[in-house]
Amino acid sequence: MPITLAELDRGQRAHIVELRLHGLERRRLMDLGFTPGTEVEVAMKAASGDPIAFVVRNTQIALRKQQAENIIVEPIS
Amino acid sequence: MAGCQCAQATTCSSHGNLIRLGVNIRDFDYLIALAGNPNTGKTTLFNALSGLRQHTGNWPGKTVVRSEGAFRHNGYKYKVVDLPGTYSLLSTSEDEEIARDFILFGNPDCVVVVVDATALERNLNLVLQVLEITDRVVVALNLMDEAERKGMFVDARKLAKELGVPVVPMVAREGKGTDHLLQTVQDLVTGNLRTQPRRIELDPHIEEAVQQLLPHLKNLYPNLSNHRWLAMRLLEGDPSIRRAILTDSLAQTESPLAPQKEEDMSELEAALEV
Ligand SMILES: Nc1nc2c(ncn2[C@@H]2O[C@H](COP(=O)(O)OP(=O)(O)O)[C@@H](O)[C@H]2O)c(=O)[nH]1
Ligand SMILES: [Mg+2]
Repeated sequence: MPITLAELDRGQRAHIVELRLHGLERRRLMDLGFTPGTEVEVAMKAASGDPIAFVVRNTQIALRKQQAENIIVEPIS
Repeated sequence: MAGCQCAQATTCSSHGNLIRLGVNIRDFDYLIALAGNPNTGKTTLFNALSGLRQHTGNWPGKTVVRSEGAFRHNGYKYKVVDLPGTYSLLSTSEDEEIARDFILFGNPDCVVVVVDATALERNLNLVLQVLEITDRVVVALNLMDEAERKGMFVDARKLAKELGVPVVPMVAREGKGTDHLLQTVQDLVTGNLRTQPRRIELDPHIEEAVQQLLPHLKNLYPNLSNHRWLAMRLLEGDPSIRRAILTDSLAQTESPLAPQKEEDMSELEAALEV
């Protein structure tokens, strides 16, 4: 069942399904490697859940919770 | 080889014909820009080329450090500029704007894109974006030792064929590949080597819009090297490109464009209304 990237726990992996963002913000996340089909893993999560660091395409990238909430993923069980 | 003392020597085992010229960067023959994602070894390569004496300051009007150096190789004098590390040239950040403006308006004779051989999937995004802007590109396929350590085999020749530009395997930290890189850069800047950069084919209706914009842009900015790229960004609604055109941030680069006028911009905007 698809959920958002912000809902994943530390160490959990998922495939990106969709970016519910537009314009420059969408472009920016895609340039950082968050494109549909790509595998991501949660590397670190602040206690408050914001920010969250992900490993995507071999590099650690931190996102704001608000950004992660707009990325739909399919968890890899 | 780190700490090599060959600054004034004519040859040394790891640097071949490289002579570092430090801050003596007047009257160079060719200008080289180093681009790449963060942590790919740009500064390592920059230091290997220009030696310890470099000119550092800030990019005009920015808080980002700008490093310049110079070296001589096979009798040609080069000025080299270390661009900020970026994942993209399209989005909004000071670093990306600096890198993009320099590649687009700084008239470098060659852009060396330093890539991490262990993370090509990520790194090639920037390579393709640079190839959209200029065909004078050499890819420095760095961190080959790391790739080997991880059991990865990267086929540099196949990559070069697919990208349409030369790809030089390197271990910048050990000075490996430096001479091959410089020979390739020389072949490119002197016209001995032609590239055929891989570019994305646009949808017919977008291509049509680009074609409508081109004559206007060529008219307004005759000195610009890539009107097509500019047209695509304007169609995309990129606010930083519009800003770069309107403000004098372009005049701060090596080769300023003709003075900009507001009427020119309105004419362009009228064309964009289509
Ligand atoms: N193993 C290995 N490490 C390298 C190589 N080139 C650079 N490095 C290291 O990678 C790190 C980042 O290099 P740097 O030049 O600062 O990258 P920049 O962010 O692109 O300027 C440094 O620790 C370098 O010593 C290389 O070819 N192999
Ligand atoms: Mg650096």
